[in-house]
Amino acid sequence: MAKLSRLITAVLRLAVAGAAAAAAIIMVTSHETTSFFGIEMEAKYSYTPSFIFFVVAFAVGFAYSLLVILVRPGSTASRLVLLSDVVVGMLLAGAVAATGAIADVGKNGNEHAGWLPICPQVRAYCVHVEGALIAGFVSLLIHFLSIMYSLHAVAEPLCCSH
Amino acid sequence: MLESSSRLTVTDLSMDLEHGSKTKLSAAPAAATPACKCSNRLLQLGDRLVAVQLVVLRTAAALTTVVAAAVMALNTQSYTAVVAIIGTKPLMQTFTAKFRYTPAFVYFVIANAIAGTYNLLVLIIRRLILQRRTASLVVHMLDMVILSCSLIISFSSLLLSLAQVIMALLATGAATAASMAELGKKGNLHARWNPICDKFGSFCSRGGIAIVSSFIGVALMLALNLLSAAANAHRPNVVGQ
Repeated sequence: MAKLSRLITAVLRLAVAGAAAAAAIIMVTSHETTSFFGIEMEAKYSYTPSFIFFVVAFAVGFAYSLLVILVRPGSTASRLVLLSDVVVGMLLAGAVAATGAIADVGKNGNEHAGWLPICPQVRAYCVHVEGALIAGFVSLLIHFLSIMYSLHAVAEPLCCSH
Repeated sequence: MLESSSRLTVTDLSMDLEHGSKTKLSAAPAAATPACKCSNRLLQLGDRLVAVQLVVLRTAAALTTVVAAAVMALNTQSYTAVVAIIGTKPLMQTFTAKFRYTPAFVYFVIANAIAGTYNLLVLIIRRLILQRRTASLVVHMLDMVILSCSLIISFSSLLLSLAQVIMALLATGAATAASMAELGKKGNLHARWNPICDKFGSFCSRGGIAIVSSFIGVALMLALNLLSAAANAHRPNVVGQ
């Protein structure tokens, strides 16, 4: 029973790590150059601090998920892992939210601020960033599921030994 | 044996002190032997601190989130400038900046309002209902109702309290507003988006205050969740607070 729950935890964490790595890599490889009315326009992830934060946050999420597989369930470190799971989840959620805000401005513009949407000019870059966002969402969802599962696995012994 | 009984009384005290009833205080020292009275009293003192801290944290979190929502919601600035000169007559146009022109700020205000209302509600419930068990039940019922109404997986209400969900909501709201604020302050040269903070100075500074206040609220709510989870660690059938 313990071995099965350990296996399930490991599978969930590997899925999180995979999705987080995918999100970071897709964002890093987003690059497009186009000429717009004779002006060279280059779109790269490093030109926007929110996208840099996205890459860093998901790299941290990837490393964290891999490290956490090594923790033995039932030890005191597993209680700490429950705590840091929530913190890392909030970090990933914040990264996705920040990137989503900038992506929304890039797609729809903001007429009140005089910001024109850039998606019609750099269509492939937009699609790339959308893909990274989707991978980020998937990673966040699976991370949430793994938090639920580890709470379920930890809370039961707490309740029965009462 | 004695340790477990003293720990139970200590948490009973903390829950009751959070609700403001002082009737149980007299019952606790009566059972202790004279040799353990000092340690019992120290435990009582220590746990009184925890209970007070919970109330203080919750009040502070409610205050910061409500302030953030209010400051951002009332954030507006406009200025008039000459746009063109037709003949000898200057053409004036008013430029306005409001929070609802940016979806990120709208989400920020809504998230902070939800967090502030939740914290205030829990404070009021815990203060008004003096019986510990009824108060916990009412808060738990509130959690369940809200969670199932908002179509979040309702089995999660058993494991993850509404406070955690609201804290995550608040964190995303603060993050998205901060990224829009950064864009407004520095602009993006490559996308030809000009910064707006040089024209709307007080709009930017007020927005900055609101975002900082929201981040402080997130940190306070995190501390609050940890503290209440630690206080309820050995009572898993009362989840959340």
